[in-house]
Order: sequence, then C-alpha cells, then structure tokens
Amino acid sequence: MSDLAVKPIDEVTPQVSGPPKAADALEARLAALDLPRDGFAVAARVDALARLRAMGLPAPRDEYWRYTDPRPFNAPEAQALPIVGGPESPLFAARDTLTLVFVDGVFDAAASDDPALDGVEITSLADAGAGHWAEDLYGTLEAAGQSPVRRPFAVLNTAAARDGLLIRVTGTPSKPVHVLHRRGTDAADAVWHHVIRVEAGAELTLLESGTIGARSNGVIEADLAPGAKLHHIAAKRANDPKVGLSHLFARVLDEASLKSFTLAVNGRQMRHEAVIDMVGDDAVAHVAAAVMGDGHVGPFHHDDTVFITHAGLRGESRQVFKKVLRNGATGVFQGKILVKQGAQKTDGYQISQALLLDEASQFLAKPELEIYADDVKCSHGSTTGAIDDEALFYLRSRGVPRDRAIVFLVLSFLADALAEVEDESLRDEINERLDAWLTDQPLN
Amino acid sequence: MTEATDLDVREGVDRETVEAVQNMGSYKYGWNTEIEMDYAPKGVNEDIVRLISAKNKEPEWMTEWRLEAYRRWVTMTEPKWAMLNYPVIDYQDQYYYARPKSMEEKPKSLDEVDPKLLATYDKLGIPLREQMILAGVEGAENAPAEGRKVAVDAVFDSVSLGTTFQDELAKAGVIFCSISEAIREHPELVKKYLGTVVPQSDNYFATLNSAVFSDGSFVYIPPGVKCPMELSTYFRINAENTGQFERTLIIADKGASVSYLEGCTAPKRDTTQLHAAVVELVILEDAEIKYSTVQNWFPGDENGKGGIYNFVTKRADCREARAKVMWTQVETGSAITWKYPSCILRGDESQGEFYSIAIANNWQQADTGTKMVHLGKNTRSRIVSKGISAGQAQNTYRGLVSMHPRATNSRNYTQCDSLLIGDKCGAHTVPYIEVKNNSSRVEHEATTSKVDDDQLFYCRSRGMDEEEAVALVVNGFCREVLQALPMEFAMEAQALVAISLEGSVG
Repeated sequence: MSDLAVKPIDEVTPQVSGPPKAADALEARLAALDLPRDGFAVAARVDALARLRAMGLPAPRDEYWRYTDPRPFNAPEAQALPIVGGPESPLFAARDTLTLVFVDGVFDAAASDDPALDGVEITSLADAGAGHWAEDLYGTLEAAGQSPVRRPFAVLNTAAARDGLLIRVTGTPSKPVHVLHRRGTDAADAVWHHVIRVEAGAELTLLESGTIGARSNGVIEADLAPGAKLHHIAAKRANDPKVGLSHLFARVLDEASLKSFTLAVNGRQMRHEAVIDMVGDDAVAHVAAAVMGDGHVGPFHHDDTVFITHAGLRGESRQVFKKVLRNGATGVFQGKILVKQGAQKTDGYQISQALLLDEASQFLAKPELEIYADDVKCSHGSTTGAIDDEALFYLRSRGVPRDRAIVFLVLSFLADALAEVEDESLRDEINERLDAWLTDQPLN
Repeated sequence: MTEATDLDVREGVDRETVEAVQNMGSYKYGWNTEIEMDYAPKGVNEDIVRLISAKNKEPEWMTEWRLEAYRRWVTMTEPKWAMLNYPVIDYQDQYYYARPKSMEEKPKSLDEVDPKLLATYDKLGIPLREQMILAGVEGAENAPAEGRKVAVDAVFDSVSLGTTFQDELAKAGVIFCSISEAIREHPELVKKYLGTVVPQSDNYFATLNSAVFSDGSFVYIPPGVKCPMELSTYFRINAENTGQFERTLIIADKGASVSYLEGCTAPKRDTTQLHAAVVELVILEDAEIKYSTVQNWFPGDENGKGGIYNFVTKRADCREARAKVMWTQVETGSAITWKYPSCILRGDESQGEFYSIAIANNWQQADTGTKMVHLGKNTRSRIVSKGISAGQAQNTYRGLVSMHPRATNSRNYTQCDSLLIGDKCGAHTVPYIEVKNNSSRVEHEATTSKVDDDQLFYCRSRGMDEEEAVALVVNGFCREVLQALPMEFAMEAQALVAISLEGSVG
C-alpha cells in the first residue's frame, strides 16, 4: 500500500471517474474536513485520499447501501443533534478499568487515567510521531477490507482521522481498557481511528461507552497475532440522537480469537460494519449485537453489516444479531460468510432475528453465504415476527403483569446475543441495564 | 433412457438411479438435426423486429408493442449483479429468427409437418402423436391404467411446429396454442394480459425478449375449468448462433386450474448460444397454476466450451383472492443460468410455492432463485431450494421475500440447502428478506454441506460404487423437490440429477 511516493496531500490529483456531480459532492465533503498534512502515517493518508477519489461516496442506489440512506454521512456538515434526557451513568463506570476519555473524537489526557499499565502500550494517535510502531499498520487492514465491497467512509476515516488510540498488547493487562466518549458540542462531527495490535498469546478487553458525536465515524483496526485474544464490547449511552458509522477491521491469525459485542438502544441512524479476515488456522471470530429501537424516542434506523472471510483451516465464526423494534423503527442486517477455497473444516454460523412489537416497524435482512470449500459446516437463519402470544399468555397466567411479561420475553429474545459476552460480570451488568431501560420505558 | 435389462439392480437401489449412473456418458441431447433453415440476417434492429412481426403475420398493434420494447432496450444496460462470469455477449452476432424451410407455410396439422422435425422430437422422447402415453418412463406404476394425456406444443428454434390435442382441449374451452397463433386468433386476450406481469421495460433480457420473441405458448383456462390434461411445451434450439426468445403466457381464469410442463434441450456446439425467455402467469380468483420445468439446455462440455446462456424472466401474478401458483424447476443444463421465477401475491390469501433443484457441474454457473412479494393479507409462500455444485461450477441461490405493510398475517418459510461435491466448486446464498409488518412471520434457513461420508460409507458397504452412492445420496438430498414434480417429470428429473453429476466424483 505504501509503495506510493509520499506527496503532500495538495498535490494528489483528484481521479474521479463518476459523474461530475458525485465528484463535487466528495470534494465538498473533503473541503469541510481539516485533513492532516504531515506527521504520523502520512503515506497511508495520501494513499487513502487517492483511493477515496477513485471510488467516490456511496449513492443511495448502491447495492451495499440498499437499506441505509448514505446521505447523512455524505453531507459536508453534521446536523446538530442536542442530547435529550437527563444524565445517565455510563456503563462500566463502576468497574476498575483504565479509562481513556474522548471528547468529540479527540483524546482528553487530563480527564483520562494514566495510560501506563503492565502488558499494554498506549499512545494517542495525535501524539504519535513518524516511526511509531503503528505506522506500518495504520490503514492496511482498512485497505485490505475494501475488496470485494468498497467502504468509502472507512477510507475517508483513514485519510481524515486526527485522533484515536494506538494500543499494543504484549501481555494480559490486569484490567480492561475503557474508552469513554463525551459529546462537546451539539453538531460535533467526531472521527477517530484506533489501531490495536495484540501480540502472540496476549489478551485485551476493550470497552466502549458514553456519548459519541452528533455524527461520528470510528474505525478500529485490530491485528491479532497467533494465540492472541481480543474482547470488544461497545455499549454507547442509550437514547442519544446521533448518526454514526463504525468499522471494525480485524485480521485473525492462528488460534487467535476475536469477540465483539455491541449494545444499542435508540439513537437515530447507526451503521456498524465488521470486516474480519480469518487468515490463520483454528481462528475464532464472534460478532454479536443486541439492539432495541423505539421510534417514539426518535427516528431509529440501525444497520449491522458484517463480512467474515475464512481463509484458514478449522476456523469458527459466529454472528448473532437480535433486534427489538417498535413504533416505526427499522433494523437492518447484512451479513456474509465467505469461505475461500482450501478453508476446509470451517464452522460458520449466522443468525439474525427481529422482534417487531408493532405493525409500523420493519426488519430488512440480507444474510449471505459464499462458499468455495466443500468440507465445511455453514448455516444461517433469519426470522422475523411478533411477540409470541402463547408465551405471553403463559407468563400472565402465572401472575406476571403484562408489562413485566413483555420485558421478560424481550430479554430472553436478546439473551443469545448477550451470551456472546464471555465475561459473566460484564454480561450481567449489560443485562441489568437492559432490564432497567425496559422497565423505565414500558413497551406497552 | 437406454434399456437396462442386463443391469444387475441390487435390492434397495432405485432402478432409475442405476440406469442413470450407467448412462453417464455425456449430454444425451447433444445431436443436431440437419435441416434447411430460413434465417433473418444476423443482429437486431428495428427492421429485424418488424421482420419477426411480419413473419408471424402479426397485427400492427403487436408490431408497435415490439418496437416500443426495442427502443427501450437500446437505452438499457445488461445487469451485472449476478454471480456469473461470462464473456461480453455480442447481441449483433446472433440470429434472432430461424425457421425450418418446410415451415414457411404453416402446416394445418401435425401430419403435414416435415417428418425430420417430428423425428427430432421422437428422438427426444416427446410424444407429438395424439396417443395415449403411459407416463413416458418405466416405473410409473402409479399412473392410472388407461394412461395420462399430455398436450404438447413443440417449439423448434423460432417457431412452433404444432400443438397436440387442440380439439379435445377446445371442447373444455381451453385454448392451448402457440403465442403467434394467439396473437392472430385471440387478440383480445393477448392484449388484455400480455406484458401485465412482466412489463416490456421489466429488465434488460425481458425487454429484449419483448422486442424479438418469435414464438412460445399461450394458454387460457376459462372460469371454473380444470384443464382435462397436462399441458406441455417442448423447446428445442437447433440452429447455430441462434438466440431463442420464447414467450409464454398462461391465464387461469376464476376457479380454473392447470398443470403445465416445460422441457428444453439443445445440440452440443462449441459456441455459446443465447436464450432469453419470458413466462407470464396470470392467476385469478381461486385459480391455480402448477408450472414445472426441466431445463436441460446444453451445459457446455467438460472444459467449459459452448453451452446455452439462459436468461429467463418468469413471474406469476396471483391477481385475486385465493389464487395459487407453484413453480417447480429442475435446472441441470445451460452454461449460464440467470433465472428467478417469482410470485406476486396480490390477492388476499393467495399462495406461492417455489421448489428448485439447481445442479451445476464442470464449468456451469447458475444464479437462480425466486421472489415472493406479499402484497395481500394472509398470503403464504414457501421456498425450498436445493443447490448442488460439482467440478469447477458456481451455484448461487438469490431470492427475495418481501412482506409489505398491508400483507398482514402472512407467512413465509424458506429453506436453501447447498451441497458441494469436490473442493473446486462454489455454493452461494444471497437472500433478501424485507419484513414491513409484525403480524407476518418469516423464517429463513440455509445450510451448506458436503456429501456425508457416513452415508457414502453405508452405500459403499452395500456394494455400490462411489458414483452410484453419490447419485443416491444426491437424490435423497433433492427429494422434497422431486416429490413436487408431476410423476413423469420426477422420473426424468431423478435420472437427470445423476447424469448431470457425471464425472464429479473421485
């Protein structure tokens, strides 16, 4: 990727093949950004800008944007979305974590813990200079994840991100690293880019919580060496209006394991993409999400787009996506398992389910398999339906009030996704929070 | 099927399977009938469209309809979203009209048809004589003793040779004839329904078909009539470098029902050939159409040379309440298959079913599936798709299940299973599921597996060789779809399944 001679960004000539209008839209989008021009990973940024100009921004008719409108992300400026509702203590706040605070995507060292911790080396991207270990990695997994489907906003992120964390895990730190987001201004357009390298046999738990920008674009590139483990749990504050994109690009080597779980409760328009390349043998990757959207709290559109590639032998992947939708909320799932030729003994599993609590909500799914090896076990399932009347009747006949019975049924519907959180205490904390939310905002 | 009297058929093994395995030589229908043909000049333009229309002695409104489609087509681009890789098609390097010379003056009955042409169908095993046929295939012991009748419309390259049992069908009020004849004889029906399910502008291939379709079948079943026999069209591409563009229109009026069978073959040739058909089904209140296809166009040789490029638009419109359609397809042929028989479930309580076996061997590529569009209340659909890949082939299921907000209390069940034989082939599943109301229930399941070693071991331990064992296991894998076929088709299909997998083992 970095074969490209390093040129100042201004000298890179735009190469847009699309109609001039689309090129103008991209240039307007770029003009509104303050692109970094030197320092850390400038070669990767120059390369990203050239790639972005070659591919352009997505159009509403792009197949990969069939179910989600890209226009809020295409617009040069973020729309102001004031936070509603009172304060809520962020998840994981009571735990012993290494907390690192980001305000509108910018690392706030003063508000954060001292990043010194045994087994992990952390630098903020803004502070990293040329020659930093992450320079060779920055943008490479993102660039590798552009085929066969282009993901222009991740490219934009590589070109534009000014901050983020560069985390190198060499052992097993005594506590999780916790990224706590805060919103500074109502129209914050937050862009951050984390690079995580988990060395052989090392293990990290990465938590994300808090309130992200009115518009956000976050990228995580995670490189897992043989035997490495990464647990990633993202649970942003409920009900904050936001339009957000996130991309997780991961490369998983032999016997390494990646487990990523997202919890989302309301929030306007979100799209999470996970692009996982299981290159090593015996690699493991689990991606899961529990999502609840209520159109009465605000417009709700939540999109999970997952692309898992099995290239090694005996890989195991799981995708578990559960969405509870009501009052005109929309849930989207686009998931793909690609098994390359030679990736024998792959075990790929994918389930996407929606619970629609009323007539106005919808679930749009495209669960795909693309398989080029014969000795594999791959399956996917997708179901959509309403609350099971018989289960409800059973609970009521046992004396459970209707509201409570629905909470039970919703929690049990989400349980399979939560089960993907390996740490029991974290799982319990998320479950309690879900229960509290459901009780505060009765579903019926 | 050749006689298999000297075969040692073991207990517990289907005779058909054994015969099929024995028969594994090559594509059975690859011969060519030497016959003098009339061609229109190569290529497509407004003059060719007018010429086709004139050859079919069409009224002016039909010519205009075609021209409208043609003008639309030149503004369109070929779709590229399917998982299919094929060289660029030169649409100007095809013949759009080919007719046996002897058919210049349309024969009044099949007795006047050139015996060479009739022999072609005889060789294919298609009964064009109005004889009582006993289900065509051995082992059809469940057929009624007096035999079953099947009326056949035989389409040879661009023209229909003739249709059997027309008199008997006419007594029941059923119209079964070639579409060119229907345009002349029943313009009011054609005008009312043609293009109402697949509009001229529907997609690239359907639009091309609308402009240049040369023949095809037309069926009208009047209200309350249960068609007294099964109807069948047999398509044969014979001429070289010729595209076949047939158009089928079937209307089941209120309370009517019909079972329709379609078969296709083509000679073996080194060059690829284009086939772009359109099938429209209109199903009114309480009516039912069962449409079964065994598609066995020449798939190309074992090195991927030649074969038919098959781009087909098939759609059923369950236009009124309680209309019912059932698509069953066995797709074993064609180098390229692009085909999505669909159901528009517009009427309340209407039902759509899709049963499919798609087999791709050697270098074949199939991208096929269905669309179930639920618009009416209490509508139901069921999809069972079995994809089998072998050799270097790629097989994709692509489907849509859409529940519109108004389609309350509807149901869909989808099952897509893929079987891989060998480690050089691919099996892919691309379902779209769009649910816009909550009283409907949608379930989708898909699995991918290989031929189970335990099952193979069991068969081998019973003395079968590997190819026999695989054929048996694959037939088991397909049984839900095979069971949905009319019996004589099921027999043929079962044999085809085995033949299509020839050379895929070991």
